[in-house]
Amino acid sequence: MKQPMFHTIYPYLRASKKFPHVWCPGCGNGIVLGSLIRAIDRVGLSKDNIAMVSGIGCSGRMPVYVDFNTLHTTHGRALAFATGLKLARPEMNVIVVMGDGDAMAIGGNHFIHAARRNIGLTVIVINNMIYGMTGGQCSPTTPTGSFATTAVYGNIEQPLDISRMAEAAGAPFVARSTVFHVFELEKMMEKALNKEGFAVVEVLSNCHVGYGRQNDMGSPVAMLNWMRENTSPRSVQDGESSAKIARGVLVDKDLPEYTALYDEVIKRAQAGAMNTPL
Amino acid sequence: MAKQRFLQGSEACAEGALAAGARFYAGYPITPSSEIAEILSRRLPQAGGKFIQMEDEMSSLAAVIGASLGGLKAMTATSGPGFSLMQENLGFAAAAEIPCVIVDVQRAGPSTGQPTSPAQGDVMQARWGTHGDHPIIVLSPSSVREFYELTIRAFNLSEKYRSPVVLLADEVVAHMREKVTLPDPGEVEVIDRLEPTVPPEWYFPFDNAMDVPPLVSFGQGYRFHVTGLYHDRSGFPTMRQDEINPWFERVFAKIEHHLNDIVEVQEEMMEDADIALISFGASARSAQSAMRLARAKNLKVGLVKLKTLWPFPEEVVDRVSRKVGRIVVPEMNRGQIRLEVERVAAGRARVLGVNRYDGEMIAPAQIVNAIEE
Ligand SMILES: Cc1ncc(C[n+]2csc(CCOP(=O)(O)OP(=O)(O)O)c2C)c(N)n1
Ligand code: SF4
Repeated sequence: MKQPMFHTIYPYLRASKKFPHVWCPGCGNGIVLGSLIRAIDRVGLSKDNIAMVSGIGCSGRMPVYVDFNTLHTTHGRALAFATGLKLARPEMNVIVVMGDGDAMAIGGNHFIHAARRNIGLTVIVINNMIYGMTGGQCSPTTPTGSFATTAVYGNIEQPLDISRMAEAAGAPFVARSTVFHVFELEKMMEKALNKEGFAVVEVLSNCHVGYGRQNDMGSPVAMLNWMRENTSPRSVQDGESSAKIARGVLVDKDLPEYTALYDEVIKRAQAGAMNTPL
Repeated sequence: MAKQRFLQGSEACAEGALAAGARFYAGYPITPSSEIAEILSRRLPQAGGKFIQMEDEMSSLAAVIGASLGGLKAMTATSGPGFSLMQENLGFAAAAEIPCVIVDVQRAGPSTGQPTSPAQGDVMQARWGTHGDHPIIVLSPSSVREFYELTIRAFNLSEKYRSPVVLLADEVVAHMREKVTLPDPGEVEVIDRLEPTVPPEWYFPFDNAMDVPPLVSFGQGYRFHVTGLYHDRSGFPTMRQDEINPWFERVFAKIEHHLNDIVEVQEEMMEDADIALISFGASARSAQSAMRLARAKNLKVGLVKLKTLWPFPEEVVDRVSRKVGRIVVPEMNRGQIRLEVERVAAGRARVLGVNRYDGEMIAPAQIVNAIEE
């Protein structure tokens, strides 16, 4: 008999301790968490060997609910904490969860450099196009013309494309999906978890409370519909040069991973090979 | 056999770190601290450790904390501008009780100030720079030898008390060269953090029943939560006063119950003194010369050198203030330690500052003048 879905999820949650969660009913963060756990389960990672690191924001609250080694850091700095942890314990699967403000505004520099180093982290950026936790202010990914509590006359700035930023900074794996396309999202997460280097999954998500209500999409359903209508799989889009947001695995290439390279540095140092060409 | 070496302060710091068991460094270059990074970029991988040059100082301390949670003894080094950028994560380390060592090689400031000149203007920042009430340990070396010793001590105290420890050096101490005899690695006392002896279900990383609960690193089968939010004994966020208050009391008590272990001063010629010099870092060297010059003039001057700045050595200063008529506090700032001395002396002795903040060291003659006033 086929087992119901929640059987997969429950062993990964700190159920007895921290529920109900802090997120608004219908928030996309829960869908991201569910997808991530199912992907982890499919890849077969051990809970003891997983660290989940987050920054500050609604997204940043995710680690408290999961039964891993969990670290809730400061706003924007999750990747930097994770970099130290990964160097100390290269054998661990370190998953970093960030919001769009966390990853692209205050933490934008860390994002660029962690990608450039290609350190082996699985990076989930929940892009809800707004600052959720602080109540709906503009974020670096808020679309031009959208409203926010700090842009009541309409946002005059250009939004940043997180996936293209990751690609430009050198990430060897970049994928984008939405909380509407859950099965697709899970598969991307699975691929990202299996990738050796810096693997980014950008997830378009609904903050119907912070973003939706100010932009005529006050319900989760309205926002999920928006995701369905305004995104298209990459292959199709390639053919028709669509104005829609591309979904899919956007980058997948091989690059040597940082902690593996550092092991080589240690070997060279111990062999006394200072300033000798590689 | 211990061998004599002619070392720069920065080298002594790096060697001290290695002797203490440091195996991780993350930092961002800044004068006058960059030598420490350069040396450790060579020496750490030789010892199987890891060095990473980060993109700024916020990420440097963040990586240090992450590595420490991964089980490595970890440090960073910086100077004023970078130390300012580290403040938020310094508070995180204090709140989450993650051992780490931050070396601040002070230079003249504020702002970019005078990067290549010495100062001691970060005394209050080291204590109060991050927001909110928090415990902290701050040490200050006055010689190359002390830079070595206090770096080891900084790691030992940070591991023992699960606290960030700031090593407040200055440009003079970091750049000068002195002859030092370093002990053999086996002779160095090295303290490692306590690890739990109970199974994971019994483990509370923030247990308020003891001053310093054990800390196990990530990946050892104890799956726990670490956050900068107020947290309960398991590490989970809490808004309950009955969980917040005991935590607050404990993190201060873990320092206050162990002042004898943490506070270190060195007294010289204080037996018969009626004037006391209280100083620290490079200024303590000037003070020592001034004391000798004054003694040659038959003035009864003694020296109290503070090796621990925070927690402030209140007991010592209290005792001294009851014994002498006058306390002179030479320091390369506008009187940050003098304020503390005045607070503790509470009018029992006259307190006088000797200050410079223009990037030059205080000359012994300047101190002698103040003594003779
Ligand atoms: C240094 C610092 N600045 C500002 C804040 C306040 N703050 C908390 S969360 C947040 C933004 C959250 O937006 P995002 O990162 O997109 O995450 P979301 O809440 O949408 O998941 C801000 C500005 C903070 N905690 N720390
Ligand atoms: S404010 Fe937005 S992002 Fe935060 S929990 Fe509510 S819906 Fe989710």
